[in-house]
Amino acid sequence: MKKALWLAVLALGALAFAQGKVIKIATVSPLSGEQAALGEMIKLGAQLAIEEAQADFEKMGFKLELAPQDDQANPDVGVAVARRLVTDPEIVAIVGHLNTGVAIPSSEVYKDYQLPMVSPANTGPAVTDRCYLDIDRLVGRDDVQGPAGATFAVKTLGAKRIFIVHDKTTYGQGIAEQFRKRALELGAQVVGFTGTEEKSNFQALILQMKAKRPDFVYFGGIYNQGAVLLKQMRERGIKATFMGPDGLDSSKFVEIAGQAAKGAYYTTVAGPIDQYPKAKAMAEKFEKKFGKAPESFAIYGYDSANVIIKALKNFVSYAHRAPTRAELSMLIRQTTLEGVTGHVAFDYKGDRKEADYFVVHLEEAKYPGKVVKVISFPAPATPCKAIK
Amino acid sequence: MLEVLIQLLPSVLLEGLILGFVYAMIALGYTMVYGVLELINFAHSEIFMSGAVAGAETFILLKAAVPNPFILLALAILIGGAVAAIVAILVERLAYRPLRRRGTTNRLVPLITAIGASFFLQDLVRLIEGLWHNAFYRRYPSFEVFEATYTLPNLLGSVIILLTLWIVFWVLAYFAYWIYRAATGTKGVSRRASRGLWIASLVLTLLVAVIDRGTVFGDLGLTIQMKSILVVVISFAMLYGLNWLVHKTKLGIAIRAVAQDAQTASLMGIDPDVIITYTFLIGGFLGGVAGVLFGLLYTLVHPYVGFIPGIKAFTAAVLGGIGNITGAALGGLVLGMLEMLGGTYLTFLTNGAMGTEYKDILAFAILIFILLFRPQGIMGEQVGEKV
Repeated sequence: MKKALWLAVLALGALAFAQGKVIKIATVSPLSGEQAALGEMIKLGAQLAIEEAQADFEKMGFKLELAPQDDQANPDVGVAVARRLVTDPEIVAIVGHLNTGVAIPSSEVYKDYQLPMVSPANTGPAVTDRCYLDIDRLVGRDDVQGPAGATFAVKTLGAKRIFIVHDKTTYGQGIAEQFRKRALELGAQVVGFTGTEEKSNFQALILQMKAKRPDFVYFGGIYNQGAVLLKQMRERGIKATFMGPDGLDSSKFVEIAGQAAKGAYYTTVAGPIDQYPKAKAMAEKFEKKFGKAPESFAIYGYDSANVIIKALKNFVSYAHRAPTRAELSMLIRQTTLEGVTGHVAFDYKGDRKEADYFVVHLEEAKYPGKVVKVISFPAPATPCKAIK
Repeated sequence: MLEVLIQLLPSVLLEGLILGFVYAMIALGYTMVYGVLELINFAHSEIFMSGAVAGAETFILLKAAVPNPFILLALAILIGGAVAAIVAILVERLAYRPLRRRGTTNRLVPLITAIGASFFLQDLVRLIEGLWHNAFYRRYPSFEVFEATYTLPNLLGSVIILLTLWIVFWVLAYFAYWIYRAATGTKGVSRRASRGLWIASLVLTLLVAVIDRGTVFGDLGLTIQMKSILVVVISFAMLYGLNWLVHKTKLGIAIRAVAQDAQTASLMGIDPDVIITYTFLIGGFLGGVAGVLFGLLYTLVHPYVGFIPGIKAFTAAVLGGIGNITGAALGGLVLGMLEMLGGTYLTFLTNGAMGTEYKDILAFAILIFILLFRPQGIMGEQVGEKV
């Protein structure tokens, strides 16, 4: 009897040991709140990649899991989540965040614990300009995106009097300043540059537009504000062309703005899915699994997870153990991948060597719009600098 | 530059008026509760919010079932108002009444309770909405009928400009004269001087009108949306209805009696607790309706939407003279216009250095200024009539 009990305990222990080799990849993005539409896409993209790879890891004796986290698009919550994640030894890497303003303070935490983070969506230059070994990103940068938008606005659309609004976040204000700089260089007149945290009532701002008579309005921020602003602008008879950055790249933008969205432009670092020939099979799988089409950052979430998975796989098949966080950080930086978004390789700072930028036009009030311009541009070689 | 300022004036005042009506309706809740309990009910901003959120839910749920947007709006107003009234009564029952029963004399205790109730309600609504939709930002759907835009006649705009200029000139002249008198050692302004001042400011206004006639009588592009008209009409009806209720009905008399002296009123056969419940019900209903109108105007509501309008409305109530119903309504209108003026003109006045985000600086600077001269508020705290 006693022997049998011992055996049972032993068997259970062995089972626990076999199952104990769990490797978790966490996604951190807003899953609740008004930016959830963008955040969920990151999570679902990464989820698909992880589920595809689970069988391979099982053969190697590991259990690969997804740990989705919600940062509520809020820097405080992001840092709190980061602090919790670094204490969980099973978590080996992060796919996230959505907002540059959240990614920067959170990645300070990851860096301290050498936990690798691969960003599928952050475009703020400071994310990689700090030159941390553990932080990489798959998308382009605002110091290319903003100027690209400005060049298109002034040269192609002939904008002369530009009114710029931003949301006072690291991301929104950053890209609005990049836009302003290039627009001024190209000889356009910037008749207004103002930040607002207002989410509902833009009347005072619109009255200013009435006075300044802009022919072009640029909004640096996310769709939840941008769409309301655009809607109220049109209601009050402001006819200026509207443009914004990748924060507007969501079907929710059109849903909120309604008919007002017609004719608007946005630049984005993650083009509509039909711009990526290799993503077709993935898109079908995605739609079948989750019941909705992949939008905006979904394919970048997918590729971010795949970069991590490839590095992990290489290490595990060679060393037969899970890598430490520092080892994985080093490996990810070296990894190249033929992903659905194209060739992925990182430079010395963790920027993607060559990223794509798109200008999209909403010809009808329907998402996604028509891509009117695609630019492939290498990451600018800005010097490393600490912030603050 | 000046032309732009003048040209925008009617639009700014109109937008300010619309916003002001929303503030006025919230301010009434503060002022009525203060009247009967001498308590600043800081949870009132969350009562406003629960009305706004309930209205949004009504719109979203019943949009398919009720095709007529006007009936839908009426339903949303009723449901939003009712939910807010229930929340207000519950807050009173569960948070304030037990304190009163225990004879708490320290006035800070109910105040802190009110702030606590406010935070509690914010997160409660967030929890409910989060469990229900996994999203606590709710949007009012848009309807063509409500968004139809009408152009107002230019003459109306011209009249508004002239009247405003007149008032502004008069206030400035009166103030300058007052300082001059104070500096020369005499106090006050005589009736004759006063008449001289308003005639002088009228002449100045007409002078501006003649010199700048191209702008004043030009195309002002003054437009108004159907939903803005609805907001003004509904809130005006509500304010008028409240005035009638307080002054012409038995309930109104009872409320005023409790406000004056609760103990004596109870000797006359009025149960103060019942009257206090009614006060919360009326104030809560008005706050809820204001929430629905706010949502209709600006489309986005969430559990934290009440904070800023709540603080503004409280300020409006103090500005008008807390405890005074007419004062609260007037204070709301004044504050709404000041805010819109600040938001629009500050950029021009500082040549772009201060954007719209600083709109409240101007509004609250003027507010501090008014209160320095009239600490009892514009209408004053009418003890005899306070409610």
